[in-house]
Amino acid sequence: MSVQSNVEVHSEWGIVSARQAGRNLAKELGFAGVDQARITTAISELARNIYLYAEKGEIVLEGIEGKEAGGAKRGLKIVAKDQGPGIKSIREVMEDGYTTSGGLGAGLPGVKRLMDEFDIDSVAGEGTEITTIKWLR
Amino acid sequence: MQSSVIEMIYTHRFEVIEQWKNEMITIQENEFTKSSPQRVLTHINQEFADLIIGTLEMDEEEGRQHLRSFSERLIHSGWPLSYFTKGLQQFRRVLLSLMTTDNTIPSSKVFETFQETENWIDSIVNQMVDEYTGSWEHTLEIQKLALQELSAPLIPVFEHISVMPLIGTIDTERAKLIMENLLEGIIEHRSQVVLIDITGVPVVDTMVAHHIIQAAEAVRLVGAECILVGIRPEIAQTIVNLGIDLGKFPTKSTLRKGIESGLERTNRQIVNL
Repeated sequence: MSVQSNVEVHSEWGIVSARQAGRNLAKELGFAGVDQARITTAISELARNIYLYAEKGEIVLEGIEGKEAGGAKRGLKIVAKDQGPGIKSIREVMEDGYTTSGGLGAGLPGVKRLMDEFDIDSVAGEGTEITTIKWLR
Repeated sequence: MQSSVIEMIYTHRFEVIEQWKNEMITIQENEFTKSSPQRVLTHINQEFADLIIGTLEMDEEEGRQHLRSFSERLIHSGWPLSYFTKGLQQFRRVLLSLMTTDNTIPSSKVFETFQETENWIDSIVNQMVDEYTGSWEHTLEIQKLALQELSAPLIPVFEHISVMPLIGTIDTERAKLIMENLLEGIIEHRSQVVLIDITGVPVVDTMVAHHIIQAAEAVRLVGAECILVGIRPEIAQTIVNLGIDLGKFPTKSTLRKGIESGLERTNRQIVNL
């Protein structure tokens, strides 16, 4: 599938436009209201993390196709990339309530629960890339 | 500018303008100019050309004044800036081609003449860009103010009960305003119960939830109570998925239920007569 959009995040408005792009793509792919809300919330969390910790980065949204037992399935992939400080301990950030910014500490574990697949790739001092997928049911 | 250059441009002004107008037809691919009637376009082009040539005779201040009032009128009617920057680039091209074909300019002077026209056209481009961006910034400023006024109103609906309807995205600046207006309003209206209505908030992520929790806690500290209303089903699900605990204060699905609950808490109720 060729639907792909990149959104630069370097201000709070970047978060809003990433969210908007995500909602539109989710709608286009045929996600129901609740899943649209899940996807937009996940994008919001990821984009906010970029803005908060790395100052700038980008969110790449893509409609994808995957295989499952019953045949092909469609989904929406979100990739959040930044060249920020990176995550020191991935195990810790995936714990509920862990925060370095005084927030709720529910962001990343929350995103994992909102989406179907979740993967973090981070090198301290070099940056972070988070890939997460929601499959269309 | 040197008088010889002015003279050169001035004597050739009709052919320059004519040639320029022909060129201008090719850059009318823009939506706005496409939808404008040909008559208007011709008129604006003529006026623009006269103004450009006219600035040659005026002193700097007078030229600025004319250009300013011209730009203001265009901004007001919504002409795109790109039409005029392209137009001026075109004008410069026409002038340059004139210079290269005009044998009356001694070859030693060509470069100088070239530079003079560059400076002249550049200063017009700069001023137009300045006028346009100035007007955009002004509009932006006004909209920002208007938005700020709309962003967190606290409405006293009954004695001791106030409502804060939130519509749209909540960013950090707005979250700060929400908190301030809530606390000031509670004191001013002597509210005991405030309802925060999030029906119009498109996304409730951890940051938004965090701000709401903090606001509710602050409301509790000044002796009032906060009820969160307008939680849509899909928002309820994402809040649960995120693992956010909103258990510290009461929540209701609709504003109506929230008001009933608020009346109850202040020992009143709505009865049919």
